Amino acid sequence: MTEPVLSVSGLHVRFDTPDGDVHAVKGVSFAVARGETVAIVGESGSGKSQTMMALMGLLASNGRAEGSARYRDRELVGLPLKALNTIRGSKITMIFQEPMTSLDPLYRVGRQIAEPLIHHRGLSRAAAKARVIELLHLVGIPEPERRMRSYPHELSGGQRQRVMIAMALANEPDVLIADEPTTALDVTIQAQILDLLAELKARLGMAIVFITHDLSIVRRFADRVVVMKSGEVVEEGAVATLFAAPAHPYTRMLLAAEPTGRKAPPPDTAPVLLEGRNVEVAFKLGGGFLSGPPVVLKAVDGVTVRLVRGQTIGIVGESGSGKSTLGRALLRLNHGTGQIRFEHYDISHADRRAMRQHRRELQLVFQDPFGSLSPRLTVGQIVTEGLLVHEPQLSGAERDRRAVAAMEEVGLDPATRNRYPHEFSGGQRQRIAIARAIILKPKVVVLDEPTSALDRSVQKQIVDLLRDLQARYGLSYLFISHDLAVVRAIADHILVMKSGKVVEAGPTEAIFDAPQHPYTRTLMAAALGHHPEPARAPRLA
Amino acid sequence: MLAFVLRRFLGAIPTLFVIITASFFMMRLAPGGPFNLDRPLDPTVMENLNRIFHLDEPLWSQYLRYLGNLLTGDFGPSFVYRDFSVGDLFANGLPVSLQLGAGAILLALVVGVAMGVYAALRQNSLADYLVVATASIGTTVPTFVVAPLLSLVFGVWLGWLPAGGWGDGAILNKILPIVTLALPQIAVIARLTRGATIEALRSDHVRTARAYGLPARSVVITHTLRASILPVVSYLGPAAAALVTGSIVVETIFGIPGIGRFFVQSALNRDYTLVMGTVVVIAIFVVVFNMIVDLLYAWLDPRVRLD
Repeated sequence: MTEPVLSVSGLHVRFDTPDGDVHAVKGVSFAVARGETVAIVGESGSGKSQTMMALMGLLASNGRAEGSARYRDRELVGLPLKALNTIRGSKITMIFQEPMTSLDPLYRVGRQIAEPLIHHRGLSRAAAKARVIELLHLVGIPEPERRMRSYPHELSGGQRQRVMIAMALANEPDVLIADEPTTALDVTIQAQILDLLAELKARLGMAIVFITHDLSIVRRFADRVVVMKSGEVVEEGAVATLFAAPAHPYTRMLLAAEPTGRKAPPPDTAPVLLEGRNVEVAFKLGGGFLSGPPVVLKAVDGVTVRLVRGQTIGIVGESGSGKSTLGRALLRLNHGTGQIRFEHYDISHADRRAMRQHRRELQLVFQDPFGSLSPRLTVGQIVTEGLLVHEPQLSGAERDRRAVAAMEEVGLDPATRNRYPHEFSGGQRQRIAIARAIILKPKVVVLDEPTSALDRSVQKQIVDLLRDLQARYGLSYLFISHDLAVVRAIADHILVMKSGKVVEAGPTEAIFDAPQHPYTRTLMAAALGHHPEPARAPRLA
Repeated sequence: MLAFVLRRFLGAIPTLFVIITASFFMMRLAPGGPFNLDRPLDPTVMENLNRIFHLDEPLWSQYLRYLGNLLTGDFGPSFVYRDFSVGDLFANGLPVSLQLGAGAILLALVVGVAMGVYAALRQNSLADYLVVATASIGTTVPTFVVAPLLSLVFGVWLGWLPAGGWGDGAILNKILPIVTLALPQIAVIARLTRGATIEALRSDHVRTARAYGLPARSVVITHTLRASILPVVSYLGPAAAALVTGSIVVETIFGIPGIGRFFVQSALNRDYTLVMGTVVVIAIFVVVFNMIVDLLYAWLDPRVRLD
């Protein structure tokens, strides 16, 4: 290995918390050579981000770093702020996971990219401006002269991440740290950003430290992989070797963590449970006193869905495609129009009262396992809340018995039913949400991105659980997700949505093996890594 | 922006109309009238007075007459301050009150924001606790306690400043009333600023600024301060209303010839036109001030759009 630009050895990070010391990083060591791409992989809580925060001096105020992290021959741990500020933003730069919030909402993006240029290089405003235009061009933002005058909220997530990358490249750093830079983005955008990073690296030759939870990204991008678990490095090696022969069981688990298995379609004789014809949901934007007629946005535009008993329909699409809105319209949870039938009832015009008798059979599980459970109720209360409405005759003891049964069903320890949601992990909370739905013995469950907020290994468990429950109770699912790997494992039929319309529909096998619509093909390529031509960014003039 | 201002003015008209109408009739519902003095007037004099001031007409015609005069900018004559029209009284009193109010809000902004930012940067230190404690005291101790206290200490015992009076607008005479008016606002603004600054310092974009090696000065001033005065700006609307009510006490205690004292006196005297005039002026002031706040907010935060 050539001389390292960045070498971390015996790095510890501890946080003072009211519950005592939390030892988040336990003696991590690794090195990054010049121009090398090192991926640090681990699930949430593995300490991968905190390792980088520690060497950038960005730990929260209750965090302490010990050990060593050297940039060339400068020790970064314990370096006074002034000296550290000559390195970060100049020699080592960083891009973050949250493109929505990492830029200051109150300033134009051009100014934000210029700031480190002016500060570190002493460029004049005019010179900085010229460089900003050049950088925006480099990261593939069209019309840089105009775009540099935008505020962050006027840009899409992908464009904001490009702006962050431009900012990171401004001072031609030796090391670029990318902390989950694509996690918050749609798959097609994710692929574009990864291509951009790879291309820029090839052209500019900086080293990249790529922090991610997603091993599949790493394979086509990194030179070496460092696998972290619970604050320690468990395995390290070249990408090819590590993927071919993972030594540590945890690495093997991560590699195998992509949800596997397929779902067989229900028999042809299965009755139709839920059917929506020509469903439309429109939102009015703006309008009002003296400001002209409102703009009508069709979030769902004439979609037809037929769900038969025992079937799982995967509804895939990127953010803004209308997939969640469709799910809600089918359950009559928004003001959608169109003909909707549940079993032999026409519920197209059913109001809240009329829907109540059907609600227990039509259940919903949400994406955010943190926000969708009331923090002030115990898990037992959350799980049995629906019983209070739909089976009010049950005694407290009976409800409790049902709660125990439902929790066992989803693989939770029933003894924990008197605890509160914050005491559970993300995966456990999603199990609680599922228990809350199935305790009512529903016929249809709409699952709105139920695995998106979870680590891969946990996703797999949830997918297994859902399939298991389906087989046992003959449930039908509408599975809304942007994650094709998960959808492939759970759905037998797929709708691909874009801008409120279904662009392609069919059996899972057919969609995955021979996608017809160009958009479906783009989506597949981006998500599953059959990578055609890398998207070409415009060259420097 | 022009369209926004125009729309706001048009939108204010119904508001003002409702305020004027409600005040007019509520005032008349109260028993008594402007000429019911301790020593009853001669019935013929009373009759003449009522005729001169049109109080003998039915209520609705008085109301329409008042509205009509108001449209021409005529607030009518004062019933109690003979020889003065309401317009005259405001011409003298309004500039005085505006000076006090503007001085107080400026002082409150400068001191409050500075205290809030200082405390936030040293969160959970002694300085922080001091600011928080001072702010709590500032909000709980009422103006009618602070005003005589300051007057007593600085005016009577120490003799540094005049204990009261306007002194034709001498600077020294303004200090104590302005400080008294500003104190509760300083307390609120300091607390708002502190909270918003702490939140801003923890935000992702401040982390970005630090990650890019920007000096602490630029992290605080450029990337934190602007976000942390946003809630203060929203508070300026209610603050303006609080200053108006505060000025009643302050002007009375310090004996200052502003319009605040008209507020109470004219209501007690049944000086119908003066009450109405005060209500209209204050309502317009609050409406305009809220519009300025909205414009300022939109200027500070590009995510807010005025249309």
